Amino acid sequence: MSTRRPVITGAGVVSAGAVGTADFWSLLISGSTATRGITHFDPAGFRSRIAAECDFDPEAAGLSEREATELDRAAQFALTCAREALADSRLELEAVPRHRMAVVVGSAVGCTISLEREYLAVSGRGARWEVDQSVASPLLHSFLVPSSVPGTIAAAMGVRGRVSLISNGCTSGLDAVCHAARLISDGTADVAFAGACDAPISPITMACFDAIKATSPDNHDPAHASRPFDMTRNGFVLGEGAAMFVIEELAAARERGAHVYAEVAGYASRANALHMTGLDAEGQEMSEAINVAMSRAGLGPADIDYVNAHGSGTRQNDRHETAAFKRSLGEHAYRVPVSSIKSAVGHSLGAIGAVELAACALAIDTDVVPPTANLNHPDPDCDLDYVPINARKHRTDTVLSVGSGFGGFQTAVILQATPA
Amino acid sequence: MSVPVVTGLGTAAPTGLDVKSFWAAALRGELAIAPIRRFDAGGYDTTLAGELRGFSPMETIPGRLVPQTDIWTQIGLYAIDCALADSGLELAGPGLDGSSSRGYDLSVITAASAGGVEFGQREIENLWAKGPKYVGAYQSIAWFYAATTGQASIRHGFRGQCDTIVTEAAGGLDSFDAAARALSEGARAVVCGGCDSPLSPYGLVCQMASGSLSRGKDPERAYAPFQRHADGYVPGEGGAMFLLEDLSSAIARNAPRRYGWFAGHAATFSADVPALISAIEQALASARVEPAQVDVVFADALGVPERDEHEAAALSAVFGPHGVPVTAPKTGFGRLACGGSALDVAAGLLSIRDQVIPPTVGVVAVRPELELDLVADRPRPATVRTVLVVARGAGGFNSALVLRTVDAASNHSQ
Repeated sequence: MSTRRPVITGAGVVSAGAVGTADFWSLLISGSTATRGITHFDPAGFRSRIAAECDFDPEAAGLSEREATELDRAAQFALTCAREALADSRLELEAVPRHRMAVVVGSAVGCTISLEREYLAVSGRGARWEVDQSVASPLLHSFLVPSSVPGTIAAAMGVRGRVSLISNGCTSGLDAVCHAARLISDGTADVAFAGACDAPISPITMACFDAIKATSPDNHDPAHASRPFDMTRNGFVLGEGAAMFVIEELAAARERGAHVYAEVAGYASRANALHMTGLDAEGQEMSEAINVAMSRAGLGPADIDYVNAHGSGTRQNDRHETAAFKRSLGEHAYRVPVSSIKSAVGHSLGAIGAVELAACALAIDTDVVPPTANLNHPDPDCDLDYVPINARKHRTDTVLSVGSGFGGFQTAVILQATPA
Repeated sequence: MSVPVVTGLGTAAPTGLDVKSFWAAALRGELAIAPIRRFDAGGYDTTLAGELRGFSPMETIPGRLVPQTDIWTQIGLYAIDCALADSGLELAGPGLDGSSSRGYDLSVITAASAGGVEFGQREIENLWAKGPKYVGAYQSIAWFYAATTGQASIRHGFRGQCDTIVTEAAGGLDSFDAAARALSEGARAVVCGGCDSPLSPYGLVCQMASGSLSRGKDPERAYAPFQRHADGYVPGEGGAMFLLEDLSSAIARNAPRRYGWFAGHAATFSADVPALISAIEQALASARVEPAQVDVVFADALGVPERDEHEAAALSAVFGPHGVPVTAPKTGFGRLACGGSALDVAAGLLSIRDQVIPPTVGVVAVRPELELDLVADRPRPATVRTVLVVARGAGGFNSALVLRTVDAASNHSQ
C-alpha cells in the first residue's frame, strides 16, 4: 500500500457571518447563527425568504478589479479561500514544480448566479426563448462550464498538473477533498488546492427548492430557522460559501516544518440508488460509506472522537443519518458528540462539505467541538448527543464528517490528527 | 495489477444512435452537420450543429423519467442502457466472492460539462416570465451536473462510489481515470464516459461566447480543423458510455466483449504546447508505451487555427513530423463537449476491433506546415494495437488517454 499520506496544511473559509477561518471558528463556537432574511434580491413571492448570506466584499478580500468583475461569485469565494489556505500553509509555491500541483474544486451548481443574471439580459427578463446574442456577455461560456472555477484557481496559482471540478450535488465538497487525497496518495501530485464553493442564493435556486419544500419557511425568525435534529425542524436554510485547503504529503509537510491540521485518513462514498431526493429511515448506504472509511483509516467506532453531521435540518435527513451513525458506531454512537454547523451557517450545497471539513480541522486543532445551534426540542427519533447550543471542550483527534445529497450520494471522510 | 478493460459500449451520435450505425457512418465519412432544427437559429452567428436524429426519449428510457430529466440526461441514460446490455453484466448478481454486494461494488462516474441546459432555460423562463410558483419540482434534480450520474445509479442499482467530473470537453477521458481508481479501490465494474446536449438557444449563445465556434454556413466547410479555412468548431450533442471492469473480472464472468484495455491517462492544465506535450508524454509513460508503438491519434481538433497549431506542434514534438496517423472523425458531427472525447474513445476501441482508422471528414486543404499525417477522405486499414486519444477543455484542460488491445494487457501482466 501507498505510504504517501495526504494531510491538510492550510485552510481558507468564506461562510455566512465570516470571511476567513478565524472569524468562521469564532462564529461557530459562539453558538450564534448567521441566517437572515434574504438581501441579495427581493424575495417577495417566494415560500422561503431566508438564507445564510455571506457579507463578502471582493475588494476587502483582496481580489483584483478584474477578478471582482469577471468571476462568478462562487469562483470569487473559492479563489479567496485558496489564497488564504496558501498563506496559512506557509508553503513556498515557487519551491513546488508546477506540474506537481493539482486543483480539485467541488461545486453543486457552479456559476448559477451569473448564468441567471446574464439570462435576464439576453432574454428580456424571460420574454424570449430565442435569446438575443447581441447583448451576451463574452464571459458566458465561462459561466456555462463550471470547470472555469478550478481553472481560475489553477491559473492564479500557476498550477500545471491535474485540475478538475467534482460536481456531486451536496457531497461535492467532501468528494473533491477525497479526489485530491487520492492524487496525493498515488503520487499524481505533491500539492493540491482542494475544497469547494457554491453561491446559489438567487431566484432560480430559491424557486427550485421552494418547489419541493426542502427549505425552511420560517421567514418570521430567520436566526432560528435552521434547526438540525430539533423536533420542530422544517427544512434547511440555503447558504453560500467556500472552503479550500492546501493538501500535501505528510513527509514533505513535516520536512518543511508545516503545521499539519490533520490527515485525510479515510474516505468512501456510496449511493442509495433509491431516489433523487428521498432518503429512507435506515441509513444503510451512508453507514456502508462510514464503515469503509473507517476500515481504510484502520479505525474502529471507539476511535471516533467527534462526528460532524450532514444535519441539514430536513425531517428525513436527520433521522436517516442518525440511523446510519447507530448502524456504524453501535453503542459508541450514543457517547460520541455529534453536531451540525448548518444550524449556524446554513446549507451551501456543494460547498458545505468543505466548509464542514474546515470546522473539523479546527476542532482537531483546538479540541473544541462546535455546537448544534437552535436545538431546543429533542426529537425522539434523533436521540444522540448533538452538542446543543454550547460549544464543548473535548479531546478531538479523530473526526468523522458525512455528507448526503441529491442523487442519493453518501460520503464519509475521516480526518485525524498526526502525532507530532 | 489492475487491468481495466472496456466490456460494454453505448453510443449516441448525430451520425447514428447506436454503435453499429455510428461506426458505419464514421467509416463512410458521413456528414451530420446541418442547420439547427430544434429552434430558429437563423439570427445567430452560429447556425449549424450536429443534432441527434430521431432520438425519442419516450421510446428509449422509461416514460416516468422523461419529465424529470433534461435531454442531456436522457441521452446519457440511453447510452448507459446500451453499454450495460452490450456488456452482459449481471447487475443484481452476487459479487465475485459469491456474496451479495447490494451494488456497493458498482460505480457510476460520468463527465458533464454544462448540465441540463435546455431544461434549465425552460424553468428559468417560467420563473421570470410567470413567477416562482411556476418553477417545476424537477428543476432541482434535472439541471444540476450530477443528474445523469444520480439517475443512472438509481436506475441500475449502482450503489458504489458515484461521481461527476467536469473538465469541459476533456471530461470524457478524465472519467476513465476516476473509474480506474474506483476499480483499484474495490469496485467490480464502473460505468464511465459522458454525453452532452448544450443546444438550447441560451446554451448555444453561451457557447458562442467562447469565440471558438464556427460562423460558417456551409455544413461541408464549417468545421475544418487543421485546414486553411478553419474558423472554429460546430457544436453538437451526444456521446458515449462504457462499462469498465478489471480484466480478471471480465474473464471470470466470461464477458462477451472485451473492446480494449484502458492502459494509461494523464491530464495537465494550461493552454500551451508544453502542457499538452506533457499530458501526452505522461499518458504514454503511464501506459508504458513508446511513441513509436502508437498506431493512431484521435485528435482534439478544435478547429481554431492557433489551437490547431498547438496540437499539431505537440504531436510533432512527441511523434515527429508526420510521425503518426492522426484522425478526427468528429468532423462528421461536430464537437459534443464532454461527449465528444468519450465518443473518440469509442471510435478508438472500434478501430482496434476492426483494424481500421476512420477518416477525418470533408478534408480539402490541410495546412502542410502542420506536418500532420491526417487520415482523410477514406478509412485507412491499419494494424491498430495502441490508440492515443487527445482532448482539451476550454480554459486550459489537457487530457490524453491510451487504449491498447486486451492481448497487450495479458502479455503486460505476465
